[in-house]
Amino acid sequence: MEGRETSALLYLDGVSVSFDGFLALNELSLTIDAGEMRAIIGPNGAGKTTMMDVVTGKTRPQKGDVLFDGVHRLTELDESDIAELGIGRKFQKPTVFESHTVEDNLRLALKADRRARAALMWRESIDEATRIDRLFETIRLGALRSRLAGSLSHGQKQWLEIGMLLAQEPKLLLVDEPVAGMTDAETHQTAELLREINRTRTVMVVEHDMAFVRELGVKVTVLHEGTVIAEGSIDQVSENERVIEVYLGR
Amino acid sequence: MTSFFDRSVAPFILVILALAAAVPALNLALPPEQPFHVPTYLVALWGKYACYALLALSIDLIWGYCGILSLGHGAFFALGGYAMGMYLMRQIGARGVYANPVLPDFMVFLNWDHLPFYWWGFNSFAYAAVMVLLVPGLLAFVFGWFAFRSRVTGVYLSIITQALTFALMLGFFRNNFGFGGNNGLTDFKDILGFNVQAAGTRDALFAVSCVVLASALAMCRAIVTSKFGKVLVAIRDAESRARFLGYRVESYKLLVFTLSACMAGVAGALYVPQVGIINPSEFAPANSIEEVIWVAVGGRGTLTGAILGAVVVNYGKTYFTSGALAPYWLFVLGGLFVGVTLLLPRGIVGTIRHLWASRRKPETPDPDPEPVGAPAPAE
Repeated sequence: MEGRETSALLYLDGVSVSFDGFLALNELSLTIDAGEMRAIIGPNGAGKTTMMDVVTGKTRPQKGDVLFDGVHRLTELDESDIAELGIGRKFQKPTVFESHTVEDNLRLALKADRRARAALMWRESIDEATRIDRLFETIRLGALRSRLAGSLSHGQKQWLEIGMLLAQEPKLLLVDEPVAGMTDAETHQTAELLREINRTRTVMVVEHDMAFVRELGVKVTVLHEGTVIAEGSIDQVSENERVIEVYLGR
Repeated sequence: MTSFFDRSVAPFILVILALAAAVPALNLALPPEQPFHVPTYLVALWGKYACYALLALSIDLIWGYCGILSLGHGAFFALGGYAMGMYLMRQIGARGVYANPVLPDFMVFLNWDHLPFYWWGFNSFAYAAVMVLLVPGLLAFVFGWFAFRSRVTGVYLSIITQALTFALMLGFFRNNFGFGGNNGLTDFKDILGFNVQAAGTRDALFAVSCVVLASALAMCRAIVTSKFGKVLVAIRDAESRARFLGYRVESYKLLVFTLSACMAGVAGALYVPQVGIINPSEFAPANSIEEVIWVAVGGRGTLTGAILGAVVVNYGKTYFTSGALAPYWLFVLGGLFVGVTLLLPRGIVGTIRHLWASRRKPETPDPDPEPVGAPAPAE
């Protein structure tokens, strides 16, 4: 693309965020290439969620630069703008629209004109119905499509939320602790689901569960006190002395 | 997603429209000694209930579907009422106590020699009708613009809506504000050339109130079943999720809040000619809280419940405050709110719907008893 400042899909440079003097992010720099899947790990308070907040426009950094697709300066946009650019976010706690049906949850997430007027004039189209059916094939919740989302189990809500993310057709998915509270079997299935998604989209996963990160088998970035202390394969970072000191060895 | 005129509100709309036709007919066509004769005072009373029902509907639209709890909706109702009251004042003309052809009595009494600019145009019904929508709508738009943009939600929003209506009440109590001070506007004579006291006019006002209420119900139903309405519910349930999906939450809230304020304004405008007075006590915060109770009693997020709640609570109020029990009405109202919150959190209509749904469930078992919810494994 013309005028790109970087070839990376997501580029954070010297990003600092402080909350009342506490440095949640300290000169954080990170690049994620298009098509990549990246796992972000780090102890509690390392700044993982704050970093997602910065990328999705929830928190504005005091310092630093965040570029998406080489041209969009995310620090100048708000949540809805950033979502429209193609960044989807899954929360730590599964967040779905509990009093809507599973199908309506996906329908509301489908990439479409988000303006109020378009929503008032909206009519179901065959194209939308096919897209929803395809999503149900991926997340395998088709049999529950007319159930209220609030009645789903924890794991089903996680998948529904991932399905909603896919419905947005984002270029980049930010996934915050997708397997928290899941059984081993569900964790395994979620890893497969994320790998499947990664075939067409860039994914950034924040996770505590080391077994899950190992199963994903992707490049790992270790955060500590708001900055990157190591990067590489899971085996490489687990041998890094600094990582052992702050995180793994304790 | 559902047809415009669907099962859940259609019977209600038909009943309201039937009342709009039957009540005036029974009032005018039957002589007073007939048992089915509806006395004129009842027509006016029921007309008042219809206005309250419309106000409750406007609150349910924002509270029940978008989670915006306005504790100041009485302000929009009163502003619509004042706009209509100003038209009715100008219609009095030279028949006032001071017989001034232009100035209402209270202005003559205050020794004003000309009409303030904001009273201009109110001798025209069309102009007043536009103001009934425009003034509450504009106030709601400006208020909502700042509140929703700054992401004021929940109890903080409720408190500032309460402050809004309180501030307006204090303003309208002042004589130099130009709206009749604490006496408000009253002593109306004509509306569109008809005597406001006449039985025929009362019947017509009742019928119009019912038709407006029925149309508003149909409109609200169309809104909440549209994708727009689903986004409103999504915002109510998980505002940040809606935002991260790319929905501009503030514009949705602003639109529905402004629409709701316009509905409340129309309710106030229909109310004033039927009760014959509008004064600053309509802005009292307690009124706005009472209106929220109507919706809670009927069932928030049901539309029909708001209408039912407004009628039931106000019928109770009429019953209690017109007898020996009058001093206890506020206790009843307070008890009702506590009781509904604790025992009937879905309200009347919400509870009925819930019971209905759970009774029907066993007949339609899950079509697919297979274990579901496992994501597709990668091939």
